[in-house]
Amino acid sequence: MILVVAEQRDQALNRASWEAIAAAQQMAGAWPIAVLALGASVGDVAKQLAQADVAEVLTGEHAALGQYTPDAFTMALKGVIDQKKPAIVVMAHTYQARDFAPMLAARLRVSLITDVIGISGDGASATFTRPMFQGKLTATVRATSSGPAIVTVQIGAFRADAARRGGSPSVSPAEISIDTAAIRQQPEAPFQEAKQAVDLSQAERIVSVGRGIKSQDNLPLAQNLAKAMGAEIAASRPICDSGWLPMERQVGSSGQTVAPRLYVALGISGAIQHVVGMKGSRTIVAINKDADAPIFEVADYGIVGDLFEIVPALTAELQKK
Amino acid sequence: MKIAVCIKQVPTREWQPRLTDDKTWIREQDASFEMNEPDAYALEEALRLREKLSGEVVVCSAGPARVQQVIREALARGADRALHVEDNSLAAADAAMTAEALAAAMGEETFDLVLTGLQSDDQGHAQMGVILAERLGIPHSTIIMEVQVEESRLRVKRELEGGWFQWIAMPLPALLTIQSGINQLRYATLKGIMAAKKKEIKKVPLPGGLKPGQEILSLSSPVRSKQTQMIGGTPADAARELVRRLREEARVL
Repeated sequence: MILVVAEQRDQALNRASWEAIAAAQQMAGAWPIAVLALGASVGDVAKQLAQADVAEVLTGEHAALGQYTPDAFTMALKGVIDQKKPAIVVMAHTYQARDFAPMLAARLRVSLITDVIGISGDGASATFTRPMFQGKLTATVRATSSGPAIVTVQIGAFRADAARRGGSPSVSPAEISIDTAAIRQQPEAPFQEAKQAVDLSQAERIVSVGRGIKSQDNLPLAQNLAKAMGAEIAASRPICDSGWLPMERQVGSSGQTVAPRLYVALGISGAIQHVVGMKGSRTIVAINKDADAPIFEVADYGIVGDLFEIVPALTAELQKK
Repeated sequence: MKIAVCIKQVPTREWQPRLTDDKTWIREQDASFEMNEPDAYALEEALRLREKLSGEVVVCSAGPARVQQVIREALARGADRALHVEDNSLAAADAAMTAEALAAAMGEETFDLVLTGLQSDDQGHAQMGVILAERLGIPHSTIIMEVQVEESRLRVKRELEGGWFQWIAMPLPALLTIQSGINQLRYATLKGIMAAKKKEIKKVPLPGGLKPGQEILSLSSPVRSKQTQMIGGTPADAARELVRRLREEARVL
């Protein structure tokens, strides 16, 4: 069987769990699929998951799973895996999965293949594709351990709406055993920093800058283009890390997710952490000196060249009547 | 406080990939290498903690002889000494194998805190630190934006997705993977570079019998998800053509 580990917080199902179900359905072959939700109370989430075309929905409830910790999740999942003996365990490559999946794999002494974007074959002969070298290359890999392989799928690589629904899975509790004395992390409640003043998700057009801008002194170049386009200014993570633009203007997995009509990427290489935050944009323009930059894989229009020459020319062109 | 920082040497950002004949790894002779950027932030955080709390910072790296370059760089920035698990087979090792190799070498000492970057810019598994914590038998937390040491405890700010954060406390010793941007990096001074030449790099052989968790069957260029229309010409020509297409084809201006 294939075990999908869904993710939820306070009874809200993470949408990426449907992407993990879609991936599991693609690689299942003749294997049945079970979906497991972990938490203090997951009844509502289990009801939603029971719409999926899978064999079984498992509820893994325990008071110690109410606030996520890697120790409690690893103990709970190890117990379920030892009991159910799945051939493959699938989950979305969320920050939470990144936190506990390697610990689980290490404890079970099994393979963990992360950030998977494609699956070939099914069942025991499945191979997986995943980005390497910042997306410059794609690797095809296979698990080498004898136990169950754990696979995390990149957010957005499998379509949530492609997950087949309309099954009539049984819903039953999974046996959860957690030694609460062995939980070493003490989490506090999640919080958001000061409310974001800029809501980039509502912008019609965005001009976004990356490392290629080289220095804070060059930012007016991009700001002038944004003004001429009627666009908001945004940036990839390194620019905000350097303090050149405020964090609230960051697009990507740790910042905002945007889908404007027009997204112009200036000097952004296209690391996946950025691309997941903007690939839903309707039209994407990339300007980059490196013709092999991964940003061109998602761009509709591309210009290879020096942004310090091209951006002023673009601004001038837009200002022409 | 005795702090270990695990660093990796990876190809530079400007490097253009070329593959070996069997297409299962990169042609290393064509690559130039540098310190994995997320690990540089982990090193900086370790140096700042040592300045505040005193103690020592030990750089740990697993790789072939070439990784001495980034070990020396870390020593020049201020780390006190280094452990180098040296073996040619570690050049293409996955996270599981790297973690096992480091755990064997690091397990001979007792570190109060182990830091590393949240992932490497080469294979990018985002697993090594967490597996290492499990093998060392210490708690961990990942994607950390702030570190507070309170006697024998840690309180750390972990980044969640979409602008959310969470504080987590745990006992020492512990392992943290550090988010890039947690601090401003320092660079090596000439004095630091000179001092680094006298610092100890202890070489440790790779223990036998380690197995990777996965095998690379092939490497290839990524498949484009979109048909990108490339626009050439002089900057002025390219600008004019792009604006025309954005107005007339895409209708987004």
